[in-house]
Amino acid sequence: MNDVLIFSVISLSAIGIVAAIVLYGVAQKFKVIEDPRIDEVEDALPAANCGGCGFAGCRNFAEALVDSATQHENIDDFFCPVGGTDTMNAVAEILGLSVEEKDPQIAVVRCNGSRQNAPQKIVYDGPATCAFAHNLFAGESGCPYGCLGLGDCVAACDFDAIHMNAETGLPEVNDKCVACGACVKACPRDIIELRPKGKKDRRIFVSCINEEKGGPARKNCKVACIGCGKCVKVCPFDAITLENNLAYIDPEKCKLCRKCVPVCPTDAIHEVNFPPRKPKPEKKEDGEKRGQPAQKKEAAEKQEAGKKNEAGKKNEAGKKNEAGESDKTNNE
Amino acid sequence: MGGVHPPENKISAGQKIIALDPPEQALILLNQNLGAPSKPLVKKGDEVKAGQLIARGEAFISSNIHSSVSGKVLKIDSVMDASGYKRPAVIIQVKGDEWEESIDRSKGVVKQISLSQKEIIEKIKENGIVGLGGATFPSHVKLMVPEGKKAEVLLVNGVECEPYLTSDHQLMLSKGEELLVGTSVLMKGLGVDKAYIGIENNKPDAIGHLSELCRQYKGIQVVPLKVKYPQGGEKQLIKAITNREVPSGKLPVEVGAVVNNVGTVFAVYEAVQKNKPLFERVVTVTGKSVKKPSNFLARIGTPVSMLIDQAGGLPENAGKIISGGPMMGKALLSVDTPVVKGTSGILIIDEAHARRVPLMPCIRCGRCVDVCPMGLEPILLAQLSEHEMWDKAEDQKIMDCIECGSCHYTCPAGRPLLDYVRLGKNKVGQRIRNRGK
Repeated sequence: MNDVLIFSVISLSAIGIVAAIVLYGVAQKFKVIEDPRIDEVEDALPAANCGGCGFAGCRNFAEALVDSATQHENIDDFFCPVGGTDTMNAVAEILGLSVEEKDPQIAVVRCNGSRQNAPQKIVYDGPATCAFAHNLFAGESGCPYGCLGLGDCVAACDFDAIHMNAETGLPEVNDKCVACGACVKACPRDIIELRPKGKKDRRIFVSCINEEKGGPARKNCKVACIGCGKCVKVCPFDAITLENNLAYIDPEKCKLCRKCVPVCPTDAIHEVNFPPRKPKPEKKEDGEKRGQPAQKKEAAEKQEAGKKNEAGKKNEAGKKNEAGESDKTNNE
Repeated sequence: MGGVHPPENKISAGQKIIALDPPEQALILLNQNLGAPSKPLVKKGDEVKAGQLIARGEAFISSNIHSSVSGKVLKIDSVMDASGYKRPAVIIQVKGDEWEESIDRSKGVVKQISLSQKEIIEKIKENGIVGLGGATFPSHVKLMVPEGKKAEVLLVNGVECEPYLTSDHQLMLSKGEELLVGTSVLMKGLGVDKAYIGIENNKPDAIGHLSELCRQYKGIQVVPLKVKYPQGGEKQLIKAITNREVPSGKLPVEVGAVVNNVGTVFAVYEAVQKNKPLFERVVTVTGKSVKKPSNFLARIGTPVSMLIDQAGGLPENAGKIISGGPMMGKALLSVDTPVVKGTSGILIIDEAHARRVPLMPCIRCGRCVDVCPMGLEPILLAQLSEHEMWDKAEDQKIMDCIECGSCHYTCPAGRPLLDYVRLGKNKVGQRIRNRGK
């Protein structure tokens, strides 16, 4: 009985020692040296694994950050949209570097072709994904650029930040948006754009990407950009460009003066999170910017702008251009 | 393999082909063929004649486009195509109906083939002939057999398996002689001495008529085929007539066959023997509530609305207007879109039948697998596509799908199988093209 015990203890110990020696040898031979900072950086990241940084998950991003830090001593090309500047500062601290401040961004839906503005002309009853509908036809309203309203962007969002508004049939972005860009990729029509959140969350953008000429664009949608160029003329900062019958506001140059908003004959330019309008941007000859009765005149003005547009009076636009320029010099 | 038997509904079968007058305004799209769009040669204000070259196809797979009417070029602008997207087009204000002098407008059939093989291909290319079965693949490219391959047999596709459509059927009945001369021209162009004309058994009059006529022509034989959809698919037709199977991802010439639709053969006859470019085609206008279902010979660029008016106007209970047949056709967004080289029919579906059946979960019956003429698994492909698993979809040969819609038609749960497979094909195709770059 004792013999059996002793034999088994000795043989097991011998196997254990041999295995230990082999394992130690293998561990030494195939040792992987990994920068311990990768783990630290990964811990500092938000672990959302959303891919918004352009890498396959947070671990991959951490590896890329450490790699860039050791090779170029610079991580300015990298940005975690979810964590924002705070996270990037924390990462930079771990790596012993500093980073530039970047403005936080938000996804912006550049289409206002709601059920009211762009009425449905045909019925689509195929699979409810935008990717498919986009391949098949121009859209229920007939606008070949507008939102299809089938919610691929909503399905793509990992942050519960974009939802369809049942009334308008358009997606709406809320404060949870971290600008990871998933919806931008999901939209087959490139309607969604990442734009800077702006000071106090204030933004101005053209809510249309229709490149058709004015007539065909308006036929399908009341609030389409018709490429009239009024906003380009009125902008004192050269922030608006007109290309292919479509105005685009460069968020880098835009100083949020709001002059372009009331001159738009189709209300295609949107302002977000601004207080109700007090100043009166047009007819500056009558008096300086502030202290004029606001909303009534604004409405009247819009009508007027619409009429002007129909009549196509170029001299009016010319006057505005002059006004815009003089304003620019004032500002300078 | 596979196939379905949808109700034939060939309402317009007995209607003779009626030549329509030119429209008031012709909208000639600049991309009427599979492949690269053509480059316009005319500008605003130019006077054109019917048959005049107005856009040249410069890429390898592209074709020339000719004016279908005489008049003045109003503008070169974008117009709405069948799916509602804007495409560049030449818009011509019609005045009179003057044709290019080089076109032989005599009635008689020119039987003598005087051109050489090379000249025939050149003529077909010059006159902008594309496959009129619907895919609009430039015909001259088909005749240029790649190095190392050999064409052995010409197949003429007179199957017309799409329900409702009768344009090919009427063409075979009224232009039989011309078709056989056209077939001989194509045989010479390809350098083959055997041609088969495949016709489904549901058109006994066409089979009888052509069989009678082809006794005078050497090497041409009519083959009656079993009635099923899609018997007229290129690969299905080759299998049915020659019992050869085209390998996955390869062209029919791999097994020595070249297939041309009867419409194309007629266009080839006119181009080579009468020097007439492709600027008109037979279009069936039909539907259960259409007053006068007809087969029209319409100019390319005629608005669809004009065809519908000629067929007795739009019925009140119209729910959907389809360009092509009910199986593979595409719903039109607007009746202002023009007829293009690939328009084989305009089908008006009643409101009651225009909607899809309610969507239900897949019950795993496997009918879609049974009916797939390409031996694919549509439900698997649809699911892979739905979950964006493009690599696996490619492994499962999603690119082999011919988009015949049999799976979709047969599905008892109303799954949108073809829709998803199409989406998958689109994405996988993009990936394959990007890989090549």
